[in-house]
Formats: sequence, C-alpha cells, structure tokens
Amino acid sequence: MFSIILIKGAMIGAVYASLAVGFSLVFGVAKIINLAHTAFFMLAAYAVYVLVMIYHWPILASMGVLLIGISALAILIYLLFLDRIREHEGAVLLVTVALAVAFQEILLLAFESTYRAVDPFMRGTAELLGVIVPKQELLIFGVTVLCLLATLLFLHKTRLGLSLRVTAQDRETANLMGINVKWVCLVSVVMAVALAAVAGAVVSPTLTVEPYMWSHPLVMMFAAVILGGLGSLKGSFIGAFILGYTEVLVVFLFPAGSFIKGSVAMLIMVVILLVRPEGLFGVVFEEERL
Amino acid sequence: MRFIRRQFRRIRQDILAIPGRAIALIFFTVLCLIPLVISAPYILKILIFMNIFVIYAASWDVLGGFTGQFCMGQGALFGIAAYTAAILNLKADLPAWASIPCGAVMSVFAGMLIAIPSLRLRGIYFSLVSLAFPIILIGVVFGFSGLTGGEMGLSGVQIIARNPVVLYFITLATMIFCLLAMLKLTSATNKIFRLGIVLLAIQEDEISARCVGVNTIGYKLLAFGISAFFSGLAGGLYVHVLRIAGPSTLELMFSFNPIIWTAFGGMGSIAGSAVGVYVLYPVMELLRFIPKFRMLIFTGIIIAVILCMPEGVVHWVRDKLELSCPRCKLINTFLRQQCRACGAPLHITVKQHQEQVQEHAAL
Repeated sequence: MFSIILIKGAMIGAVYASLAVGFSLVFGVAKIINLAHTAFFMLAAYAVYVLVMIYHWPILASMGVLLIGISALAILIYLLFLDRIREHEGAVLLVTVALAVAFQEILLLAFESTYRAVDPFMRGTAELLGVIVPKQELLIFGVTVLCLLATLLFLHKTRLGLSLRVTAQDRETANLMGINVKWVCLVSVVMAVALAAVAGAVVSPTLTVEPYMWSHPLVMMFAAVILGGLGSLKGSFIGAFILGYTEVLVVFLFPAGSFIKGSVAMLIMVVILLVRPEGLFGVVFEEERL
Repeated sequence: MRFIRRQFRRIRQDILAIPGRAIALIFFTVLCLIPLVISAPYILKILIFMNIFVIYAASWDVLGGFTGQFCMGQGALFGIAAYTAAILNLKADLPAWASIPCGAVMSVFAGMLIAIPSLRLRGIYFSLVSLAFPIILIGVVFGFSGLTGGEMGLSGVQIIARNPVVLYFITLATMIFCLLAMLKLTSATNKIFRLGIVLLAIQEDEISARCVGVNTIGYKLLAFGISAFFSGLAGGLYVHVLRIAGPSTLELMFSFNPIIWTAFGGMGSIAGSAVGVYVLYPVMELLRFIPKFRMLIFTGIIIAVILCMPEGVVHWVRDKLELSCPRCKLINTFLRQQCRACGAPLHITVKQHQEQVQEHAAL
C-alpha cells in the first residue's frame, strides 16, 4: 500500500513537474501567463492516439513527429497572436483562454466527446519495492524526469540557457547586453511546449483521452508553481511532487477521493501559503515585501 | 425651476457633449424601452441573464481592472452567494429580497477569508492562488451534499417575479444601480471617497503608494470586499432567476467568463464589462443556431477583435471618438476643431505650435 502510493505519486508528480517547470519558464522569460499550456499537453495525447492507434506508426517516430508538429504550432501561435499583445496582461489572459477553448472545440469536432484510450507503449510489469508496477508507469517517470534534467542542464550549462536566465531576471538589461530577447522568448515557449507535449504523450496510456482533459492539469500546475515559490524552477519541481503525492493519497485513502482530490490539493496549497506567503522556495526581495 | 435648468445644463454639458457617455445614455434608454417592442419570454430571459452578468463582470473589473489584481476565482464569490441565497430561501423560507443581500454579505465574509492568504501575493501569483478557491468549494459542496445537494444542486428556489417583463425591469434597475455605484466608488476624480485614485496608484506602483503612506493592503481588501459584494449580488439574483443553485457556478469556465467579458470590453472602465457582456453574450446565443461550431467561432471572434484592439473595445472606441483638450483637459467630440470650453485648437501640429510660440515671443 505504502509503496504503491510512493510509486504512483512519483509518476503523477513527474508529469505535473514537467508542466509546472514549462509554465514557470514561459512566465519567467516571456512574462506570458499561458492558460493554454495544458492544451498542448492534451494535443500531444490526441496526437499519440491518432498516430499510434489509428495509423499504427511506431512509437518513437510518432513521438518525433508530434514534438515537431506541436512545437511548430506553438511558434506559430506565439508569433501570430501572443507576441504583439504581450504588453497587455488582460489581452494575454483572454487570448490564451480562448486558444485553450478553441483547441478543445476543434478536438470535439474531430473526435466527439467520447473517451479514447491509448495502448501502453511498453507492456508487462516490473517488480519494484515489492509492488508490481506496469512498465508504462516507470517509462512515464523516467522520460519526464530525463526531460526535466535535460532542461536544467540546458539552462545552466549552455550560453543560450544563460541568456534565458538573464532575460528572466531583467529584460531591459538583457536587451542592452545584446541578447535577442524576442528569440529567447521564442526558445522558452518552444521548450515549455515541448516539455508539456512529451509529458502528454507518455502519460496518455494511463489517462482517458477526452477534449476536456486540459482543465484539471491546468489547475494542479498552477498550484505547483505557487506552492514551490515565486520564480523558482526547483520550487515548481518539488511543488509538483507534493501535489502529485497528495492527489494519490487522497484517491487511495478516501472513498470518494477522485471527486475531492483537486480540493484537497488546493487546500494544502492555501495552508502552506498561510505559513509561508512566498512559497516553499520563493525568493522575496526586500523591496517587494508587503 | 433653476434646479431643473441646472440639471438640464449638466446633462447637456457633462453627458451629451462627451461621446462615450452619450452612447451609454442612449444605450440604457434603449434597454429600458426594449420590453415595449419585444415580448418573447426567451429573448427577455437572455436579456435578464445579461443584466445579471454585467454586474458580475463589472465586479471583477473593480479588482482586476482598477487594482491590477486579476482574480481568477470570481466564481467562488458568485457561487457562495448563490448557494447561501438558495439555502436561506429553501431551508429558512426567506423571501428573495432578504436572501439575496444575505448572500452578498456572506460573499463578502468569504471574500475576506479568501483575501487573507491570497492578498499577501501580488500579480500573477494572486491570480493563480485565487483560482484555487472555486475548486476547494467544489470539494465542500460534494462533502456536505446534505445541505448543498451535491452534484444535482438545489432546485426549486423561489423566483423573484413570475412575469418576465417585471423580472427584466428588476434586474435592469439593479444592474444600473450597481454600475453607477461601482463607477462612483472607483472614479479617480471622486472627492468624497479617495478609493478610485488610491486603487489606480496601487495598480501603477504599489511600493510607491506604500511609501507615501497609503495602507495598500487595507485598500486592496476594501476593493476585494466591494468586488465580492457585487458578485454576491449577481450570484443571488442568478439563483433567484434560474431557480437552481448547482456546482456549475464553481466551474473553471464560470470564473474565466468575467475575465473574458471584461478584457474584451476593456479593463479599468466599468463600461467595458457592460460592453463585453452585451456584445459577447448575444453572439453566443446567436451561435446556438450552429451548435457544432459555436464555441470555435466565438473564440475566433474574441481573438480577432482583441488582436486589433488589445486594450479592449471601449478604450479603442473612446480613443477614436474623444479628444482631450491639450489646454484644459476637457473631453471633446472628435468632430470639433476647437475645445468647446476654452477655444484652444485641438488638432495642433508641432509646426503650428512653434509658429505660435514665435508670434508670442515677437509680441
């Protein structure tokens, strides 16, 4: 029982973490509150459904195609819609909500509201900590954590990663130092969407694929970002795991758990904020304290 | 007699001479006359809901547009009032005129509870935290399903008036009253309450506002309370018109709706929320004729409009129709060449200005 919770929580936490890290990356660098972030997660799940289940493509090839396709879509959306209204916060909120709903409606038109299922990429089970775990869940954990590690390495070891971090700290100064801010924003958007797409693709076999599946991860992702702390990628990562474990615990321990899993996770976030308003790993600048 | 004449002059100079206000006056007059022309209950029902949602959207604007704190959980305030009004009406047999204000007051209390953890944060972090509360409330609703009816909600709430025309006028009057109250409260030129100008200061630069000795947290709480009160009023009205209080008011989209309406119409002006609702809600209803593509076309319209006018419809139209006099700052119609009060030329180029300065120096 205990180890089931441990493993399931790690899996869900890793998925939320790759969503939350991507979201806070885009918010940090491009200052965009992207409410359509989990819509890309949903699109990836549908892409897997179409490519693998309907056209029977090999999994690796379809992963590659969907990553390129969704990244291209993200670039298109960023350049067409978001870039020119980035200064107007309300307009950004409005456009991203509208985009998320538009994706939902397109999927509703194309696939109707029936629940779809994707076959697991890896069949069979493995034994871990005395529990029999489907290999698919290990794959989810492995792939998402690898992607996150790659993101962190990219941010901290390469010049482009450095310019991303610099832009997040101070946009104007970064611009003055010769960094092409628009290009850096584009890179951050593509990275975030790619993270969400990978998570959505590998997690799709364990979820029911439906056009409304973007709203629950969206809320949990927000909670993870807040819980972890302001502008801290490590915080988003740990916050996501806390929320993932909470969700699994609630589902396992309470009879009507899946109805109230969201509420309990939110409650935990609010309680932590009462104790530590800046979140677990947030940095509060002296001038910003209120 | 003199009083009446003065009022007439006020209307002519302060309302009719300013295009935005003139349009608003004409628009609300038309709204008052609509029931004379249209008596189809279905259309009246849509208009009634529009009136209620204008209050709801404007209440979001008080906090979002004026203070710069984007609350993404406005549905929580609306839902609390809706459930309170429904429970009071069903379990305690309170009539609608008592249960709706009770709901609004309850919503203010809940708003204060929500504000304690969330108003410590600013900007986007406040938005994200406020999103949590409708979801927590859904848990509460499912947890106490004996009182709240769980997934089915509470049905059979007493309707305010059976006659749709009467109902329409009640909601219209409430809406106009609420809009005027919110306009007065948030007006930056109001001499009696300093609220409007302080909220603007908080939006522009909260730290500077604190430095000059403004209790920003107190003012933010006040704004939040006002916002909660009016959303609560809207929630109570909604329940007493729809006759059902259900968990649908706590859903994600219900909290996003006021943001969509207000950001579309233009934030930071109560009129923007009214424009947003009166444009988008009928569009949504018209699109019912093509149910499959309804939401898709709707989102397409929103995105197209907001890309052309990122500040919102109201601000865009106002920029086109109104000219502020460069000398006395009085607002003029765009057709005028000279200011209606001081006679200063409105469309002056740099060259003309330099010539004038030189003439002045020569004299």
